[in-house]
Amino acid sequence: MNIKPRRTLKGHQAKVLCSDWSPDKRHIVSSSQDGKMIIWDAFTTNKEHAVTMPTTWVMACAYAPSGNLVACGGLDNKVTVYPLSMEDDVTVKKKTVGTHTSYMSCCTFPNSDQQILTGSGDSTCALWDVESGQLLQSFHGHSADVMAIDLAPSETGNTFVSGSCDKMVLIWDMRSGQCVQSFEGHESDVNSVKFHPSGDAVATGSDDATCRLFDLRADKEVAIYSKESIIFGVNSVDFSVSGRLLFAGYNDYTVNVWDTLKCVRICLLYGHENRVSCLQVSPDGTALSTGSWDYTLRVWA
Amino acid sequence: MVTMNSEKVAAKRKPDSNNGSCMGTSVDEESVHHPTTSDDSPNLLLYRKMEKIVEKMQDENTGVPVKTVKSFMSKIPSVFTGSDLIMWMMKNLDVEDQQEALHLAHLMASHGYFFPIDDHILTVKNDNTFYRFQTPYFWPSNCWEPENTDYAVYLCKRTMQNKTRLELADYEAENLARLQKMFSRKWEFIFMQAEAQSKVDKKRDKLERKVLDSQERAFWDVHRPMPGCVNTTEIDIKKACQMNKPIHGIKNMTVDSRKMSPSTSEIENKVSIDILKKQVELLKARLDRRNIKVSKAAESFIAYYEQYLEYDCFFVAPEYPNPWISDSPELWEQEKLAKDISARRVKRWAFSLKELLQDPLGREHFIKFLDKEFSGENLKFWEAVQELKSLPQSEVQNKVSEIWAEFLAPDASCPINVDCQSYEVTKKNMETLDRWSFDCSAAHVYHLMKSDSYSRYLRSEMYKDFLNGSKKKTSVKGIRSIVSFTARKDNIT
Repeated sequence: MNIKPRRTLKGHQAKVLCSDWSPDKRHIVSSSQDGKMIIWDAFTTNKEHAVTMPTTWVMACAYAPSGNLVACGGLDNKVTVYPLSMEDDVTVKKKTVGTHTSYMSCCTFPNSDQQILTGSGDSTCALWDVESGQLLQSFHGHSADVMAIDLAPSETGNTFVSGSCDKMVLIWDMRSGQCVQSFEGHESDVNSVKFHPSGDAVATGSDDATCRLFDLRADKEVAIYSKESIIFGVNSVDFSVSGRLLFAGYNDYTVNVWDTLKCVRICLLYGHENRVSCLQVSPDGTALSTGSWDYTLRVWA
Repeated sequence: MVTMNSEKVAAKRKPDSNNGSCMGTSVDEESVHHPTTSDDSPNLLLYRKMEKIVEKMQDENTGVPVKTVKSFMSKIPSVFTGSDLIMWMMKNLDVEDQQEALHLAHLMASHGYFFPIDDHILTVKNDNTFYRFQTPYFWPSNCWEPENTDYAVYLCKRTMQNKTRLELADYEAENLARLQKMFSRKWEFIFMQAEAQSKVDKKRDKLERKVLDSQERAFWDVHRPMPGCVNTTEIDIKKACQMNKPIHGIKNMTVDSRKMSPSTSEIENKVSIDILKKQVELLKARLDRRNIKVSKAAESFIAYYEQYLEYDCFFVAPEYPNPWISDSPELWEQEKLAKDISARRVKRWAFSLKELLQDPLGREHFIKFLDKEFSGENLKFWEAVQELKSLPQSEVQNKVSEIWAEFLAPDASCPINVDCQSYEVTKKNMETLDRWSFDCSAAHVYHLMKSDSYSRYLRSEMYKDFLNGSKKKTSVKGIRSIVSFTARKDNIT
């Protein structure tokens, strides 16, 4: 494996808490504790927008499938959308879509600019209608803060997975609002969940310093990615295109690259100077982005 | 000085229990009720793991060799060298290489478990620099949240000793000045405390003092790190929110144990019964589920990997140089231009119907094939249902009626064939008109397409020709139109 840092995105004045790739494969939206949301052209490392948020803790941000809209939120308990345009000030057209009773920890657009799926510290997930702000469906089942969600890569896109501080991983049917499958095994908070590109399994990262693979068809944990010398928690996981590699960002400032099939670590990516808070493989699989408490984002390839 | 401090901490904590027995018991009760929440906090979990390692390091026989070193006129008590530490870690922990050992050592040092004896920067170098273990009393697992007054007393005390090793660093002097301003009214009190502590310190044995001074300094280097150093005591804001939430404990209680009922209201009881019922349902569903073997699951992951290996840029280089490595966006531009569509891309269409439809070119090609076969309505219907799902709520009802009229109504303009069961379900769904109304029929149609038209498409000359690169038969115009459409969309973004 010869993965090296290729870009460093500097500009946030505080910890980077979340980031998301644009569907155009080169832009990144990132949110930070300084209350800023920045749209980067990661390829040139230029900042295209810097939006000041009403809250200083922007815990989550996401690009819409069209690439023309971003959503974000955090300690304000809200999810707000910002249409991106070069002409106007982005904040003019912002719109609050949904409100939770606790912080919003994660959000994603399920295959459409018109809906947002959110997870919250109030231990629920919710599906919102962007235009009207109507709550289309809420998802009750976790007994503690929801930390992460991910959409199933299936044709229909009707299911998603959530991970929570109750150590559980739940699979939901978006239509009925019901939990259809649940996985336990982690010994601490589940901070990250991600579907295998085949849609048949879910990888998770937890504060218990392990990543795991839960298979939906076998209905059980099928792999654990851990090492005695790895003692820090995992904040974020993602797969390479073939599902062979699992990238995991840790509180020990590193990214570990796991061989999902052999369950061994292939390599360690050093570079960040504080916790790695978020990580994502780009839509075409050409690069890996990481965000850190050291105020920077990096692109690796 | 350590005992002195411990009394101080005890005093600091006492008010909680001294403020009347009522309050005291309530605090105690809380800690009895849900000990799991505090015990399992992510930070403590980590501290416990590090402490296990530190205890091994401190083992008299198998640990890191700790010595008292003579230097010129004086002695340096209880120290070990960086290289001894790294060597020990390489031998006793499952770290892969020296870099990993150094990294872990650095992290443990920045949490204050050991520290360089005369440096504020808590890190480890693989050389003859001396390091010392922190006393367990100062370990972060004791949940220190030292206040600024404590820090002021400490800095003030340091100014009272005329030893070079205790001299304030620039940033500490600045901090002291700031604190003095902040606590101007209380300063006399702070000064007196510092004086008292300093007096106690002076009575100590010289070597013991050296050790204690350094440990106290390292403690403050963790909790008030030098500018530019990472403050390892910071907690993730999400976790901090969670810890401050009283509901968290109560919720756990009602789910976990029903014994607490006297204090919980009826509503909460009802909620927990609902939760339990749901759990029972989930478990029942789990019993009924037919699961595949783990070996089968593993086989499928291997098969998936083998199929997609060619498209995984971390294993196989893409057709054009990776833009992030070559600094040339050619890969993306070629994709947009789509002048010659690579066999690699066309090959992918055969992996699954999903892959085919995901690629705009593949989709276009498939539609042409269906038109030739006069069976385009299935895909049209399926796409209409997908579009329905992505509409704003306000447009959903109209679209549902439209789809019904176009594809399923008795006088439909573009009728599709679905089995009667799906048809009945869909007909019933028409009473509610929501975005999932056609899911059942759509699933059926998708299955039909997959097993019928799609497999025929893959076997057709049309696909094979395309795969072999003879694209003359397909209209270039058609392709151009999609491409320019996607390109335009990209320009907007």
